[in-house]
Amino acid sequence: LSRIGDELYLEPTESGLSLRAVNSSRSGFASFLFAPLFFQLYEPGSAGPETELFRCKVHMKSFLGIFRSLPSLEKSVGKCLILLKPRASRLVLQLHCKYGVTKTHNLAFQECERLQAVFDTQSCASHLCAPARVLAEAVVHFPPTLAEVTLGTGPGGKISLRNYVEDEAEPSKTMVTELWLAEDEFQSVAVAPGSHITFCLKEFRGLLSFAEASNLPLTIHFDEPGRPVIFTLDDTVLEVHLVLATLSDLESDSQSPSTNGVSHLPAPSDDFADDLESFMADMETSEGGSERPSSPTFPLRTPRTAESKPEEEQEEEEEEGAVPGTPPHKKFRSLFFGSVMTPGRPGPATTQEVLAEDSEGES
Amino acid sequence: MRFRAKIVDVACLNHFSRIINTIAKLAKTCILRLTVCKLYFILSDKVANGGASMWCELSQGNFFDEFQMEGVAAEHNEIYLEFVPENLSRALKTAQSAKAVKIKLTNKHCPCLRVAVELPSLSSSSRIVTHDIPVGVIPRRMWNDFKEPRVPDFDVSIYLPVLKTMKSVVERMKNLSNFIVIEANLSGEMNLKIETDLVSVTTHFKDLGNPPWASEDGCQSSAQGRDLESMAEACIDIKKLQQLLAGQQVNPTKALCNIVRKRIVHFILLHEEVSLQYFIPAIA
Repeated sequence: LSRIGDELYLEPTESGLSLRAVNSSRSGFASFLFAPLFFQLYEPGSAGPETELFRCKVHMKSFLGIFRSLPSLEKSVGKCLILLKPRASRLVLQLHCKYGVTKTHNLAFQECERLQAVFDTQSCASHLCAPARVLAEAVVHFPPTLAEVTLGTGPGGKISLRNYVEDEAEPSKTMVTELWLAEDEFQSVAVAPGSHITFCLKEFRGLLSFAEASNLPLTIHFDEPGRPVIFTLDDTVLEVHLVLATLSDLESDSQSPSTNGVSHLPAPSDDFADDLESFMADMETSEGGSERPSSPTFPLRTPRTAESKPEEEQEEEEEEGAVPGTPPHKKFRSLFFGSVMTPGRPGPATTQEVLAEDSEGES
Repeated sequence: MRFRAKIVDVACLNHFSRIINTIAKLAKTCILRLTVCKLYFILSDKVANGGASMWCELSQGNFFDEFQMEGVAAEHNEIYLEFVPENLSRALKTAQSAKAVKIKLTNKHCPCLRVAVELPSLSSSSRIVTHDIPVGVIPRRMWNDFKEPRVPDFDVSIYLPVLKTMKSVVERMKNLSNFIVIEANLSGEMNLKIETDLVSVTTHFKDLGNPPWASEDGCQSSAQGRDLESMAEACIDIKKLQQLLAGQQVNPTKALCNIVRKRIVHFILLHEEVSLQYFIPAIA
């Protein structure tokens, strides 16, 4: 969660304790729902007819600081008690350690609005499920600093991962890495042919290492470029969702994938177009050295008026299971990822919609 | 112009990767020269490199199971490519468990070296990772810029001390000064010196031995005519020396340097299958 945002949202619900985070540009949201059975004791408190279950947010760093060294925690801590004291304005974390030592941490919290991204895995056209290990092994081929990656489908049912090269970067200077996975490496594959999405790899890596450590299969739900991609992990006592905005494919938004040549990621074959003879001839004769070759076709992401359908967004249902009985106070809308560089600036309503509104401090 | 090569043997792949890692530490961009029998990694002594230059040569047969090259023309059966070795280093980094690595020169959108790594997987088909490394094709008229540098008319030639030791000495000295003086004589003695306003440090090595060079009709004067004790020294950029030493992942079979006093230091590192020459000019 700390890979996503700087604040940790704690929401006790009837179905368990939900820990959530959102990133500053509102393009990434994650939630971990721990079922009551996960805990030795779970008391979410009581919600009256006019009050909701109390929820708050704390500084991520303060919270993480308490659990700093996992190996030593495992050795010395017997129990951990988390207590929310609204009237004292404190979130209390008490570590009951060996030899009768008790460490009590009092964290200041802020009250907050419900943080809920609007998404629906059911309405996604494509779903992939793979053991975390397979995805981790795939991602290792990309440099740790790589910002975005494109996941796509190719002929023969193969799934590809490719580093996303921004338009500003010179294509003739940037190395392109592409990995192909066969369908049978996945536990399940149900994808729309020719589909592809581009999302932030850094935020995904965080979830991936969690999945690897817990040995859980990871499911990826995605749809058209621009619609969020949802990663889920499921366990008997834990439900994890990571929702990331994807790069909008503005040019092809209204076209079907088959007419947009970009969607067809070529399968790896040995017959690459070898046009070096004529290239060399060009080079020898041209004056200033080599001419700039045409850049590889890739979706443009100039934020023009998006061909988005805002009314569709508002009809989207909220994810079942992630929404307890209490309806949100605000209508959350999903995000269109206009630009990597732009922090969440308020663009025209049709192009940049906010995943989660800023909390206003009053409930 | 075509180039295709394949490595299947794991040991060859590891060895080749280590060489590329070394090259990547020495040069941000360099030239890859391909001939029928050999590969060369060349860095020419332009000002941008701080005047340092490099010549690394290896026999393709020692690494590749398949190697096909067709140069720009029949009489000039060679290919010169400019590329960023760090890209190749990265591509090979995660290929260590590969079943095969193929390298091919392609020109889909722009000239690239396509490195295709076939990785084992639990599924029926292997995983394939391709890395398209952009390259610049060097036209024939510029090939003369990248000729093998001549061994300079040196004053002293001496075997280097154990590289690991030399590296740790130089690394510590790097914290104190930007320049280092290398001096050596024909009696197998070498000193590494740094001097600043506050401190001067000298490390002495002895019994290193001086390699015998065949005298070429008198231009390398024979040892008898020279004072065996007199030191030839050159002051060089310490960072360049440190990069050279840090990049050595395997102990060379032979490591020596030739010093032209106050002009240049020429390092020669020989392994069984690859030779590396690195020239660091002296600071005036």
